[in-house]
Amino acid sequence: MNRGTGGGFVAAGFSLLFFAFLFGPLIIMVITAFNSSSFPRITPWECFTTDWFGVLFGDNRLMGGLLNSLVIAVGVVAIAVPIGLAGALALSELGPKLRATLYTVLITPILIPGVVLGISTIVFWGALGRSVGAGYGSFFFNGMFLTLAGQVTFISAYAMLVFMARLQRFDPLLTEAALDLGATPGQAFRKILLPFLGPAIGSAAFLTFLASFENYNTTVFTILSDSTFTTALASKVRLGTDPSLSALAVIIIGITLIGAIVHEAHARRQEALRTGTAPRSRVYGNPVLKTLVHPLTVFILLAGAAGLAAYLGSQHDASACKAGILEEKRARQQQLLDEQRKRIEEQRKQAAPTAPSAAPGKASPSPFGGAFNPGSLAPNAAPAPAAEPPKSNSPFGGAFNPGELKPE
Amino acid sequence: MTSKDIVLDHVSIRFGHYTAVDNAHLKIKGGEFFSFLGPSGCGKTTLLRCISGFNDPTEGRVLIGTQDMKGIGPNKRPTALIFQNLALFPLMSVAENIAFPLEVRGVGKKDRLKRADELLEMIALPGVGGKKVHELSGGQRQRVAIARALAVEPDILLLDEPLSALDLKLRHHMRTELRAIQQRVGLTFIYITHDQGEALTMSDRVAVMNKGVIEQVDPPETIYNRPKTSFVASFVGETNAIEGKVASQTEGVVALDTQIGRLTGRAAGGRSYKSGDQCYLFIRPEQLKLSENQENTVSAQWIKEEFEGNSRQMFLDAKGVDLRLSRVNSGQSPEDLSGRSVSLGFAADQAIVLPHGDLAGA
Repeated sequence: MNRGTGGGFVAAGFSLLFFAFLFGPLIIMVITAFNSSSFPRITPWECFTTDWFGVLFGDNRLMGGLLNSLVIAVGVVAIAVPIGLAGALALSELGPKLRATLYTVLITPILIPGVVLGISTIVFWGALGRSVGAGYGSFFFNGMFLTLAGQVTFISAYAMLVFMARLQRFDPLLTEAALDLGATPGQAFRKILLPFLGPAIGSAAFLTFLASFENYNTTVFTILSDSTFTTALASKVRLGTDPSLSALAVIIIGITLIGAIVHEAHARRQEALRTGTAPRSRVYGNPVLKTLVHPLTVFILLAGAAGLAAYLGSQHDASACKAGILEEKRARQQQLLDEQRKRIEEQRKQAAPTAPSAAPGKASPSPFGGAFNPGSLAPNAAPAPAAEPPKSNSPFGGAFNPGELKPE
Repeated sequence: MTSKDIVLDHVSIRFGHYTAVDNAHLKIKGGEFFSFLGPSGCGKTTLLRCISGFNDPTEGRVLIGTQDMKGIGPNKRPTALIFQNLALFPLMSVAENIAFPLEVRGVGKKDRLKRADELLEMIALPGVGGKKVHELSGGQRQRVAIARALAVEPDILLLDEPLSALDLKLRHHMRTELRAIQQRVGLTFIYITHDQGEALTMSDRVAVMNKGVIEQVDPPETIYNRPKTSFVASFVGETNAIEGKVASQTEGVVALDTQIGRLTGRAAGGRSYKSGDQCYLFIRPEQLKLSENQENTVSAQWIKEEFEGNSRQMFLDAKGVDLRLSRVNSGQSPEDLSGRSVSLGFAADQAIVLPHGDLAGA
């Protein structure tokens, strides 16, 4: 679409809306992380603060969960990637009929809801544990082990899909050629197939790591009394949220951005090297720029910038501003109190001249017992707390009295 | 260098009910350039894979030297196979590819790269060792594949249609090159092809295969001039096949009653035919002449003519029998015969009479 067809304005507006829709929540989340208000919000803006990062790192449950998540994710990568590779290799060796059957079997865990997998994992390992007479202290009832087991069941299928896609492009003749040239089957696997699968191993490890780290549905069951990062987060949100979660979002967004930029630098460099345009390119032909856009340089620069921001943030002291805000609030409260007192005072003054005329009213008492007297709303005239219900008139004969359950 | 003989001792290879190779029995001498020639699906690749150890014979034995190869895997045989698509390792450099057979045998890095350089020298590609495989041209890859196969000095080099992916010019060049390499290193080359040109130009001997059966094993000239079966006659080179019944045979000359009259040809390989036998008479297009002063004459209708550079191919119809006549291009335009009826002739000793059998492409 271009200006000539009159689409320019619409297209620009649409793009704007689209990006606002995509990034709006993220931007707002990032801003709330730096507002000192104890509820995540932008307005009213109180103070610029980095304290929520401190609150985040001070949250033992969340940090413990993060450690658990990392341990489980590393374990899942270590187990799911070899299993996925084995499954993909098995599928590539089979005849078409058997392959279709086995493929369905291996892919089923992805299709089963995570909740079901979670519950069945506990039930299965629990039953197994009981059948061998293991106690509750054994690994059959250990949340970390169960989570590992539960996640591996379906995450290996993801890894398998990655490997299958790569294996489809592998020419089996290469293995035969290696054998013919004197390689043992083991050597052919290590020197020919494994290097070919290298990129797939990388992406499978990355994918399985993320899938494990962000999993909630299965983990929430299998982790039992422990907690991972996701379950800790979920319970924190349930109890009420504060901007430390926004601070977490800032960190995650930062890591993602650095990763994406470094990856892009790497991809562009590879492309330039592969097409052989590097020496003629303006960027890659220049020795200074070439070093500057090398993925490692880019990573070091970005990590340095992030580190600097973190350091500066940690030095920032918002207490003066916060004290100011607190003072402001106190003053405002004071002001409100004063206003109220003044209002009451005025009402009293207005009431005083009319008192004589009200006296007859008192002599002949109002049917409401003077409840609508302005003076009765004064703070010192608060009504007495509701009387306790009489004990004897319960239809249940006082059976629900708390005292009834006491041993006599 | 003396290479070992290869003996195929009544080898049959079956997949289920399908017989890929049926009772192949021959001996390939050490140092020979031996070709298996046949249409695709004739079992020649299966036979090659059997020699290199990827298939086991269902019946019979494969012997290299005097050793029975049964149960010996491809990595333990003194053979090296060059695949149709070459199967160079894409992630390795040219030198690493060539050094791979040494690497898996535990030769040190320095020694094997030195050997790779020597081999690159031999295939006239010095200095490309550091390149990736995809940076080479088709012909260069071809030579790298040969160098890789020769790295550990196998006794036998097996080549599975390695030239089929190259363009015509390069293919012709590589034919000469392959033959030169073979004579230089003195190895046994077993070459698989469906291209008779390749088989005839390079080989010491050719085995022609059809439907899993080896029909004839002979030097190229014999294959071309004295085919033993109607399949060999029709597959190797262009030919005209005329079906008929034997009328009589006097010494080596057979008279055949065909759709286009009585024709005479020589009986192949000193065969004797009974009168009434179903036979084919084969006559090469270049042996057909546009003249009547011959032992056999045929009249035919001109259909079309094709110019092929060095020759002209004339397609004719003689009472329902398709005939093809080839004339050498003399540089002058010949008489225009378009749409006319012409008389053809051929000498009886140029025509071959063979028993009825499969024809190539039929």
